[in-house]
Amino acid sequence: MNLKQLTIIYGHYGCGKTNLSLNLALDCAKQGNRVTIVDLDIVNPYFRSSDYKTQLAEKGIDVICPSFAGTNLDTPALSPRIYSAFENKDSHIILDVGGDDAGAYALGRFRKNIQDYGDYSAYYIINKYRNFTTTPADAEQICSEIVSACGITPTGVINNSHLQSLTTVDDVQKAYSYGEETAKLLGVPLTATTAPKNIADSVVGDNIFPVDIIVKPPF
Amino acid sequence: MAERFLMKGNEALAEAAIQAGCKHFFGYPITPQTELAAYMSKRLPKIGGTYLQAESELAAANMVLGATSAGVRAMTSSSSPGISLKTEAISYMAGSDVPALIINVQRGGPGLGGIQPSQSDYWQATKAPGHGDLHILVFAPATVQEMVNLVGKAFDLGDKYRMPAMILADGMLGQMMEPVELPDTMEQQLPEKPWATCGHKNARKHNVINSLYLTPQALEELVVERFKRYEVIKENEQMWQEYRTEDADYVVVAFGASSRVAMSAVDTAREQGIRVGLLRPITLFPFPTKPLKKLAETAQKFLCVEMNMGQMVDDVRLAIECKRPVEFFGRTGGIIPTPAEVLNEIKKLGGTK
Repeated sequence: MNLKQLTIIYGHYGCGKTNLSLNLALDCAKQGNRVTIVDLDIVNPYFRSSDYKTQLAEKGIDVICPSFAGTNLDTPALSPRIYSAFENKDSHIILDVGGDDAGAYALGRFRKNIQDYGDYSAYYIINKYRNFTTTPADAEQICSEIVSACGITPTGVINNSHLQSLTTVDDVQKAYSYGEETAKLLGVPLTATTAPKNIADSVVGDNIFPVDIIVKPPF
Repeated sequence: MAERFLMKGNEALAEAAIQAGCKHFFGYPITPQTELAAYMSKRLPKIGGTYLQAESELAAANMVLGATSAGVRAMTSSSSPGISLKTEAISYMAGSDVPALIINVQRGGPGLGGIQPSQSDYWQATKAPGHGDLHILVFAPATVQEMVNLVGKAFDLGDKYRMPAMILADGMLGQMMEPVELPDTMEQQLPEKPWATCGHKNARKHNVINSLYLTPQALEELVVERFKRYEVIKENEQMWQEYRTEDADYVVVAFGASSRVAMSAVDTAREQGIRVGLLRPITLFPFPTKPLKKLAETAQKFLCVEMNMGQMVDDVRLAIECKRPVEFFGRTGGIIPTPAEVLNEIKKLGGTK
């Protein structure tokens, strides 16, 4: 995928935002760009971009984490470095936002910086196999809650429907129209549909984005 | 096949409880359990249930005592420090012979400890979940699907034996997502509760739910009767999973999240020709003494793998009547052991490194 200089990733809890953000960052870095991931998740205690800081640093990707991410402090403090990321136009920025409206409030704080930044993409990530977003109408509802919280409307939808390592071609294919319908309800394009790398070639549709499963438990 | 969804452990516990007919939840937020309460707050009002965030864990647990006394399925959930606050009400519920579901999504301790996953409330859950002579049923799921399955089981057995039941999960299982199949929503016929204080309508005697007894004789008699019930439970309700134990020289014993790590270490060890298996307790009370006793006849050594300082080791020793050495490997404070670390410990059992 060709990312704009600033990309925002938001969506329902557990739809796969972090895994997608990491894939987008790695893909973007591979194309020779400098990339900064901003972990804006101040809601979720585990499974977050910050966990992959070392791994990403090796690929030249910088991660800006909440000040106490991965520690025992349940303190939702964001790093002041985020402001400097908006100043640094040499690097692509990916904002990995926390789930739902609760997570999106943290994004709202940067609304002015984002609007001043200029051209950006805000992708609403959806997963048909998450139990609160199984229909386009449910997905639209959660999107409107997120937009109320952060004030940033989506510019596109990324259909990230999956069942982790058990995802089959059939699962992705069956969820394809769900992506189209959700995008239609929101009045934005379906920017991409993801599929695990090993099956991506077999999926029929436009803009299939193959992803690695990076976020997983340690066993 | 029913449709599968990706659910977080905490969400799955909540939805499974609703499917099991529990419409009354009383809680108080704490990481890493909060999604459970948040889920209930969204779902229960839509189905005519009660979601109540109490002023404290103590209040929430006592509300469960009240609700269950009236005969409905009721539950609370928390994480380690919050469970300590609930132990008073748990003891009262055990002393009043009422069922209830308590969920502990464990984090590091003691004290406020930390928010990362842990299994260091094993002793609390299995030995002293409250003051007095008592036990509660304790279930230790290892997958999100098993969380779903055990919630229904915990409610059913709690009703059957009239005692509280606990799901002893941990932060890793609570926070991780896995595909699950939910049970079919059936019109559940919940068991009659003739003891419940739900209005006698002049048709029967008053029911009284109480844990205060005015003579020591009456109290002793009741406690002894209760302990006979615990013996029945120990005989009939042990649950466990055996994995590659058929010809095992060594048996790793692990429950919950650490059993997932152990299982992957067992697979790697098998590839390297080491005959090792896994015994995974699913119930912690009753502790699965039966399979362990049997394994002690053939296995040479046991290895407990836990996310604590070895709280289950003595139970394994007792189960195998100290016939074989029981080694221990664990990480604590919120650290999860890695499969490589466990593999290394398995190798040490045979004297190789």
